[in-house]
Amino acid sequence: MAHKRRDFIKISSLSAAGLLFGAHQLRSARPDFNKTPFSNMRPVGSVRTSTYCEVCFWKCAGWVYKDQEGNIKKIVGNDDDTNCNGRLCPRGTGGVGMYYDQDRLKTPLIRVAGADGQQTFREASWDEALDVVAKGLAKIKQEHGAECTALLTHGSGGHYFGTLLKAFGSGNIAAPSYAQCRGPREVAFIATYGEGLNSPEPTDIRDTRCLVLIGSHLGENMHNGQVQEMSDAIDKGATIITVDPRFSTAASKSKFWLPIKPATDLALLLSWIHLIIENNWYDEEYVEKYTYGFEQLKQHVKSYTPEWAYGITTIKPDVIRETAREMANAAPSVIVHPGRHVTWYGDDTQRLRAVAILNALLGSWGRRGGFFVPEKAEVPDYPHPPFPKPARTWRDAMDGKFRLADLALANGVCEATIPSVRMDCHIKGWIVNGTNLIMTLPDKQKTLEAIKSLDLLVVVDTMPMEITGYADVVLPECTYLERWDDLRIVQGRVPNVALRMPATDPLYDTKPAYWIAKKLAGKMGLGDYFAWENFEDSLDWQLKQIGSSLDEMKRIGVKNLPREYGPLYFQDGEDKEFYTNTGKIELYSTAFAEEGFDPLPVYTPHQEPPAGYYRLNYGRAPMHTFSRTANNPNLTDLMDENVVWVNPKVAKEWGLTAGQEVYLQNQDGVVSDFPIKVRITERIRFDSVYMVHGFGHNHKQLSRAHGRGASDSQLITRVLVDPIMGGTGMRGNFVTFRFEKESEVES
Amino acid sequence: MREELITSGRMNAHIDPHLEIWHWHIPLYLFLGGLTAGILFFAALYTILGKEERYAGAVRRAPVVVPFLLIIGLAALFLDLRHKLYFWQLYTTIKLESPMSWGAWTLMAITPISVIWLAIHIQEFFPKWEWKNIILKDLNGFFVKNKVGLAWVMLVLSLILGIYTGILFSAFNARPLWNTSILGPLFLASGLSAGAATIILFARSHDERLLFARIDLMLIGIELFLIIHMFMGFRASTQVQIEASGLFLGGPYTAPFWIFVVMLGMVVPAFLEILELRHKKIPVYLPVALVLFGSLMLRFIIAYAGQFSRWLY
Amino acid sequence: MRYAMAIDTKKCVGCADCVVACQTENMVPIGYCRDWIVEVTDGTYPQLEIEIRSERCNHCDNSPCVRCCPTGASHYVEGGIVKVTQHKCIGCGACIASCPYDARYSHPDGYVDKCTFCDHRIKLGEQPACVAVCPTKCMYFGDLDDPNSEVSKVLKKRKYKSLIPEAGTRPHVFYLI
Ligand SMILES: Nc1nc2c(c(=O)[nH]1)N[C@H]1C(S)=C(S)[C@@H](COP(=O)(O)OP(=O)(O)OC[C@H]3O[C@@H](n4cnc5c(=O)[nH]c(N)nc54)[C@H](O)[C@@H]3O)O[C@H]1N2
Ligand SMILES: Nc1nc2c(c(=O)[nH]1)N[C@H]1C(S)=C(S)[C@@H](COP(=O)(O)OP(=O)(O)OC[C@H]3O[C@@H](n4cnc5c(=O)[nH]c(N)nc54)[C@H](O)[C@@H]3O)O[C@H]1N2
Ligand code: SF4
Ligand code: SF4
Ligand code: SF4
Ligand code: SF4
Ligand code: SF4
Ligand SMILES: [Mo]
Repeated sequence: MAHKRRDFIKISSLSAAGLLFGAHQLRSARPDFNKTPFSNMRPVGSVRTSTYCEVCFWKCAGWVYKDQEGNIKKIVGNDDDTNCNGRLCPRGTGGVGMYYDQDRLKTPLIRVAGADGQQTFREASWDEALDVVAKGLAKIKQEHGAECTALLTHGSGGHYFGTLLKAFGSGNIAAPSYAQCRGPREVAFIATYGEGLNSPEPTDIRDTRCLVLIGSHLGENMHNGQVQEMSDAIDKGATIITVDPRFSTAASKSKFWLPIKPATDLALLLSWIHLIIENNWYDEEYVEKYTYGFEQLKQHVKSYTPEWAYGITTIKPDVIRETAREMANAAPSVIVHPGRHVTWYGDDTQRLRAVAILNALLGSWGRRGGFFVPEKAEVPDYPHPPFPKPARTWRDAMDGKFRLADLALANGVCEATIPSVRMDCHIKGWIVNGTNLIMTLPDKQKTLEAIKSLDLLVVVDTMPMEITGYADVVLPECTYLERWDDLRIVQGRVPNVALRMPATDPLYDTKPAYWIAKKLAGKMGLGDYFAWENFEDSLDWQLKQIGSSLDEMKRIGVKNLPREYGPLYFQDGEDKEFYTNTGKIELYSTAFAEEGFDPLPVYTPHQEPPAGYYRLNYGRAPMHTFSRTANNPNLTDLMDENVVWVNPKVAKEWGLTAGQEVYLQNQDGVVSDFPIKVRITERIRFDSVYMVHGFGHNHKQLSRAHGRGASDSQLITRVLVDPIMGGTGMRGNFVTFRFEKESEVES
Repeated sequence: MREELITSGRMNAHIDPHLEIWHWHIPLYLFLGGLTAGILFFAALYTILGKEERYAGAVRRAPVVVPFLLIIGLAALFLDLRHKLYFWQLYTTIKLESPMSWGAWTLMAITPISVIWLAIHIQEFFPKWEWKNIILKDLNGFFVKNKVGLAWVMLVLSLILGIYTGILFSAFNARPLWNTSILGPLFLASGLSAGAATIILFARSHDERLLFARIDLMLIGIELFLIIHMFMGFRASTQVQIEASGLFLGGPYTAPFWIFVVMLGMVVPAFLEILELRHKKIPVYLPVALVLFGSLMLRFIIAYAGQFSRWLY
Repeated sequence: MRYAMAIDTKKCVGCADCVVACQTENMVPIGYCRDWIVEVTDGTYPQLEIEIRSERCNHCDNSPCVRCCPTGASHYVEGGIVKVTQHKCIGCGACIASCPYDARYSHPDGYVDKCTFCDHRIKLGEQPACVAVCPTKCMYFGDLDDPNSEVSKVLKKRKYKSLIPEAGTRPHVFYLI
């Protein structure tokens, strides 16, 4: 925990006596497992190899530096990379810790006792482990059909296992970065503009004159390019408006901080829309030319006055007016940021619709300082046979719900796995790659129920995380610093590709995902889908299609290509066709109307915390990524546990003192496995508490993460499902403090 | 509410959450330095004053312990070094601004002198002692002849040593509690007082005992005066020093300081010595032990509390 | 030549990238650091202010740490940088006690270590590791004697402060406020 620096006045006389008589020896110094020799080796100018970062999904390209002995020393951003501009974020810089973590998975494992979350395994050879997987999958295919398998994945390995699964005959491929993350936003923007935002978001922050952050806690959320550009915008004097119930870092950099009452953002957004229309602050030409449904919208928001919103949001009417005017003055160089993790309250798609509409009214879509038109390099896949069409997918388990979801729902896959009378076949086998579902999906009970009904659970991971505890077979992947991977092909201002190559051989008996997938495919008779001999050859083949080569990429790491489809912004008066039903930006969503959802966003109130309970708010710490960095030696050195933020008033009421350990209990009686330290701070409202997601691991194998802090995921048992696309709203949970943990309350 | 946090998880050993770079070694070393400075000071003084016979305890007997104490002190200092193999670097340069350098060189000079002093007075303890080696015998003769000169050198060095033990701390601006020029005289007085007390143990005559009891009493008086003065100085100074003095005025070091150092280490022995001067029967070792204990505690507490005090920013 | 650093508290987000970057660049063992982040929050909800500072050795002009070092291990090098020569340091701790900023630490190998302004990089014409990595580009480094250096320019333009000026150490890390 971050400690109070000036604490000398407060020490007790007991510790003074301790000091006198040598109690200092008792204070545990941190282990020096990274103790360095007395040497002056400096990584500057030493050998470097190209990579792109896998500590989060911004995928910054960088260089790995090694010393003369070939030991990885540091990772630095690639100057030519537009995702990072030569600067990695703390997690990327600390990525070396992923490689050096001595708790890593070291060899394939096969379960010996019941799938109970305990890591009771025996070590196995790759051949044996993959045989078990291939046989298990074949059995499921024989008994239930190939479509009764699923892949849950987050990260680069997903491509190879996806290919494998599709070749096998299943289309159940889901990532938690959709229904637990940006899904509602994508659906809302597709409904409005005919296209989603994708990643990295095409927000033109560096040139904006007004940045509106609704929850997006940039600076804690370290999505690199955005943080860098926010700083550029501050330099250029842009106005930042932050809407957040918590005094986030971004709020502290903002001209306006709107300390909104949680769960009421839609009211604020509607009122902004109301003001912008009432005062004719919208971009008339843009709205006229590009949008559909303005009149309906105008009628719809008539009653959403700032005074109305004040009663709901607690934001004063004049502040709502002033901020609306700021946006209008800056338009079209204004970004009402769509956020990323938006699965909050179950009406998230509608909230994000309001964000999309607001941007359209301000004319920021396709404009400098608003949203640019992204481009992405077009690189053909290495040739493979066509995939068979799966007989059924997870959607069939959904009773026709969530038809607007453009990607698979991880929670949907869970649901399709749990046996029910509705379906004749449930999913029987999972491959889980790079996602710690136990901490990632809300409602852990449901995830466990799904896992229990599986015949086969294969987990591909680098660390012994919670999810590996339930696996039948654990396949240890080497870290991103030790492997080749697909080219990084992401959208941006300019199309580009980046290369990841191994900086060193894999430690232990670990293997890259492409190798695992190819080996498995071989055993399953699907070798044709992985026709390359060496993975490098496939990369070289791909690169040659775009006029580069592996040799060139090894030298430069990132190759920026010219834009092919026109300029970065809409041209004046340019005709545009949007991929919506009407070909226009749909302020009024015809697609939603067709599906029976509100075509224009409607505010509905959300439940409030009962007396003695506080809304569980959570977010990111700049130096950690979810749970994946919780054991990283370099990053735990910066922050080794989460703390619960408590307003001083609340602390006083409960008699809490700074640093005191408490358990948290939620509205359903679930108590956190571990106690969490209290941070008393004015930065949080009196009706909520806040904690950083990704801590409170209960696996002893994670020597640095075990028992450090508490897990927000565990306390998220009430899930507010978005009726439109199935996103799992996670911010409708309330917690209270407990001073002891009673063992009979089970989580 | 103001909240000040180090958010990077900084926990540098020996520094966080507060300085703990010096443990028992340094205060012990300073105590022994002060004590030996006191003993040697009086030995030199009464030699120069020509009162060697009258105060044989001070001149000839008490200094016998000095070389041993100095070696223990040096050993403690050495143990405290974290880069021990490089300790010889101390003697590759003289840094006039560095008290540590002063101390190292002073000890370098005073230790051999204290050994010589022991050697030329060895017959005091072993009356039949004869230097067998010709060279040693000659050397012995030389020093015996020039004893007063040697005493002058010893007088100066012992004063430097005594003051140095106090200045070592007060040179550290960064620690508000140490940042007072009174620590030098205070530690000097405390060292002399400890020296005087030790001499009482070695004194041969009642006369000598009374003299050193009186000297000790006076030194304790000076110490108390300096302590009061020091606190007045702190209270009238900057916020950081007010807070530093708070460690002793209601803060965690209040009890140890006022009970161990002031009461048991100064007031009680002073009282006992007054009784002794009034011809009451007091066991000789009792006030002596208390003074030595107080002097030791003073260094311990100032060392630890000083590391606890810091700038606020 | 007088090297100095200026850090913009208005842009720093306290991400501690500068801390990890320094650790990996300078092989600072895990559990120790040469730079660190201080976050000061003032006020009452919702009237709040935060100042975030990335702190390190201030490379003071009037350094008590250099003065008190008995061996000369702590010394100035070109540009006013304060450095420690490892093989001269005896680990006595005097310099640690003397620094009002607690900027030095005792390396597990025994010697005392601290920020060097990455002079090994400066020599190669590179920015210090922390400056080079900072995602918000809130750190400026350069020669104060050169009016065209980044630091000189930003210090001319902006209001700034240094830490505990009353300690009289004349620090050379400045905070833009
Ligand atoms: N360092 C770091 N950065 C990351 C990640 C990481 O793991 N670590 N993960 C990345 C990923 S995948 C994602 S999706 C993003 C997520 O990052 P964001 O999209 O920024 O996520 P949010 O959920 O919007 O952010 C949490 C913020 O929402 C505020 N909040 C809570 N409730 C409400 C409310 O009712 N209204 C409003 N207006 N605000 C509220 C919280 O106080 C907090 O400040 O971060 C990315 N960046
Ligand atoms: N309670 C709660 N739940 C959340 C969120 C939240 O804020 N709070 N955030 C949501 C959001 S926005 C998202 S995007 C998701 C993210 O969810 P996940 O991506 O599942 O996040 P992690 O917990 O980091 O899980 C990553 C797993 O990948 C493993 N891993 C790391 N590197 C590699 C690799 O190179 N190869 C392989 N095979 N495995 C690797 C790690 O060891 C870890 O087990 O979580 C969502 N769930
Ligand atoms: S934002 Fe940070 S963690 Fe994410 S890819 Fe970039 S450097 Fe890595
Ligand atoms: S890297 Fe930059 S933004 Fe991050 S804490 Fe350091 S100075 Fe601040
Ligand atoms: S900050 Fe401390 S270590 Fe650095 S030069 Fe100043 S006094 Fe010395
Ligand atoms: S610890 Fe080393 S650098 Fe510091 S004062 Fe002692 S010898 Fe000098
Ligand atoms: S200048 Fe170099 S040594 Fe100093 S804090 Fe920055 S990275 Fe570390
Ligand atoms: Mo996410």
